[in-house]
Amino acid sequence: MQKEISKKKIVVKDLNLFYGEFHALKAINMDIYEGEVTALIGPSGCGKSTFLKTLNRMNDLVEHVRVTGSITLDGNEILSDVDVVALRKRVGMVFQKPNPFPMSIYDNVAYGPRIHGIKKKSQLDEIVEKSLRAAALWDEVSDRLSKSALGISGGQQQRLCIARTLATEPEVLLMDEPTSALDPISTSKIEELCETLKKNYTIVIVTHNMQQAGRISDRTAFFLLGELVEYDLTERIFHRPRNEKTERYITGRFG
Amino acid sequence: MRRRRKMKDWILKSLIWFCSLLTVLFLVWMILYIVSRGLPGINWAFITTPYNLFRNQTGILPMIVGTLLLIVTTLAVAVPIGVAAAIYLTEYARQGRVVRMIRFATESLAGIPSIIYGLFGYIFFKNTLHLGFSVLAGALTLSIMVLPTIVRTTEEALLSVNPSYREGSLALGATRLQTLFKVILPSAIPGIATAVILSMGRVIGETAAVIYTAGSVAKIPAVDRLLTSSVRTLSVHLYMVALEEADFVSAFATATILMIIIALLNLLANRFARKITDRQGMA
Amino acid sequence: MKDVSVISQRKGLSYEKAIESVFFISALLMVLSVVLIFIYIFMEGVPPILKIGLGPFILGTQWTPTYTTPQYGILPMIMASLIGMMGAILVGVPIGIFTAIMLAEIAPRPVTRILKPAIELLAGIPSVVYGFFGLTVIVPFIRVQLKSPTGTGLLAMIIILAIMVIPTIVNITENSLRAVPKEYKEGSLALGASQIETIFKVTLPAAKSGILASVVLGMGRAIGETMAVIMVCGNIPKMPQSLLSTVSPMTATIAKDMSYAGPFHRSALFGIGVVLFVFIILLNLVLNLLVRKASR
Repeated sequence: MQKEISKKKIVVKDLNLFYGEFHALKAINMDIYEGEVTALIGPSGCGKSTFLKTLNRMNDLVEHVRVTGSITLDGNEILSDVDVVALRKRVGMVFQKPNPFPMSIYDNVAYGPRIHGIKKKSQLDEIVEKSLRAAALWDEVSDRLSKSALGISGGQQQRLCIARTLATEPEVLLMDEPTSALDPISTSKIEELCETLKKNYTIVIVTHNMQQAGRISDRTAFFLLGELVEYDLTERIFHRPRNEKTERYITGRFG
Repeated sequence: MRRRRKMKDWILKSLIWFCSLLTVLFLVWMILYIVSRGLPGINWAFITTPYNLFRNQTGILPMIVGTLLLIVTTLAVAVPIGVAAAIYLTEYARQGRVVRMIRFATESLAGIPSIIYGLFGYIFFKNTLHLGFSVLAGALTLSIMVLPTIVRTTEEALLSVNPSYREGSLALGATRLQTLFKVILPSAIPGIATAVILSMGRVIGETAAVIYTAGSVAKIPAVDRLLTSSVRTLSVHLYMVALEEADFVSAFATATILMIIIALLNLLANRFARKITDRQGMA
Repeated sequence: MKDVSVISQRKGLSYEKAIESVFFISALLMVLSVVLIFIYIFMEGVPPILKIGLGPFILGTQWTPTYTTPQYGILPMIMASLIGMMGAILVGVPIGIFTAIMLAEIAPRPVTRILKPAIELLAGIPSVVYGFFGLTVIVPFIRVQLKSPTGTGLLAMIIILAIMVIPTIVNITENSLRAVPKEYKEGSLALGASQIETIFKVTLPAAKSGILASVVLGMGRAIGETMAVIMVCGNIPKMPQSLLSTVSPMTATIAKDMSYAGPFHRSALFGIGVVLFVFIILLNLVLNLLVRKASR
């Protein structure tokens, strides 16, 4: 139960999001704790990915989006007057489909540090190696760093994307169904990776895979039709859900 | 009844084959006719000597230089503007009246006949801006003319860049501009190259818009007056020797050279186009 | 609750904003160009029309700008342009559509490999080269076979223009045929229709507005074409009597006369430019309607 006394990293208060007229997120209140893996589950279209993308303001890219309420990161409001670029450096994101840039493996990882002003080769080398090691990819690609990132397997590409995100030294790692496009072996590698990474990072992961949420997360949030139905320790959500809808969803999926 | 249906099918199918064949045969005929008469007239002297009717010199070196000058100047003006406009339209613009106006302008520019461009260049660049018959007047006129091609082709290239690259870069804390220059533009380079090649083809092939802006002086301009001198392009030359000098040896040779250049540019454009589709296949 | 959808501002962004406005201004340059072209052509071309009188200018049949009592009637040129355009469309459109059907629906791979680059090359060949080919092949052919005094004139012009509009027709028709949903074709085939019946009864009608758009674009090309026409039309601005009449369409007159025209004569040529421009604008309006219809 020591988890419950961890520090609150992100605090979401009364968050509403509209796509034009469509009310996509309804009065969400949620605390995300430092050093934990928080899983967001729910049927497609329930708002979990949308919610994830508000945490680093990627929704800014969508036209006609309106957000109200408050999200704080370490006590600082991120929804209003904030440097989104700096925010995204602190809150990194890994996407559903691996999206390495069409450049070499090395340049992919070095991309973030470079745009944030690091130019020295030795320093970049160090960051690249460290990030690739942290993403458990170093041993597989260290001999072909200058080869195109498009030439490695899907699972390796996804870990490369994680390494790329780690290279900007984020504090929070957002993952949007990171394993949905991968085979089981690559999936288990990414899951193991989450386990190690949470020592240094706060991880929020959207998944449609119930077992995955159960395996890797400390807390689970269940979304339905834009509402946060239930949010609790994963163990409780899976064994003693308080809400009937949560139970139906979970058992339905397991059944 | 069934036989009549089959008969009708057969007739239509024959027509389809016939028309396609006709198109190809016509092209082949044109190429063979012009090239077979033009090739004998092409030799080293023809492309490396000056042109002077009084001294009986019929070389086309000045036209080659003139065409190149016009191409380079036109591209130097049109490519940055066209690519920047395409970037605005795909990366920044939000749908609205301004964008509709810009799109309408692009379409209109594409539909204006070259002789109207010629008239406009004559009155505006040559007279109003006092550029005279010059490379600059010609290139500025042609720049407007090729802008729609550059904008559209670049836009297509930018739109075909995998959107996940954009997301990925922004999520790493890159600004929009960093994302544009480091990820999106590099991926769009084959498309932009296609735009450049297509524009080159148009500059080389254009006559009506060039003859009353860049003029038709068949001389290599002095080095210190490269942009302010009048030049004659290969196409204008073909027109002049065929219609005014009735020098058919030069005309066939010049037409052959034009055909070869256009064929090479087409090959090159296709190469880049294939590169784009390959890339998309991989992503 | 406060609305926070506004993206934040910060110092580093002012540089980004500056570059963004460079992009924006570049795009606006196109609008500016269109406006400038419009203004300059009309400013130069409308006064002479008013001086000559709209009626005598458009409906006059005598074009004698170099006479001591010059006349500026451009009806013969308008007729030549319109008949040339119609003729080119009449000949070029069926060939173009059939060729497009070949490319979009029928052609086996090897045929596509030849036909596609051939169409691209046809589209890329400079108009002077077309004109030169017309001058050296088609004009002599007409002179000898049809016993026309010069061989130049409407017929030669129509043949060359027909070939020149084919690539435009093929490309746009092919695209719109390809855009027809596969379900339509499958539905027709499943009912026992043959491939050819399906093409002509289902696919072509479904692609109708795209094909019409290609025809309108082809018309624009044909009426605006200058250099190819100037070399085969005969350059005599008389009312066309037959297909073998020597003529001088609007574009050819402008290009030909510009080289020696005096000041008022030149302004009158801009007047012809205005009339040509009006035709192009009308065609563009029709095109816009068609495209809007197609996208709906």
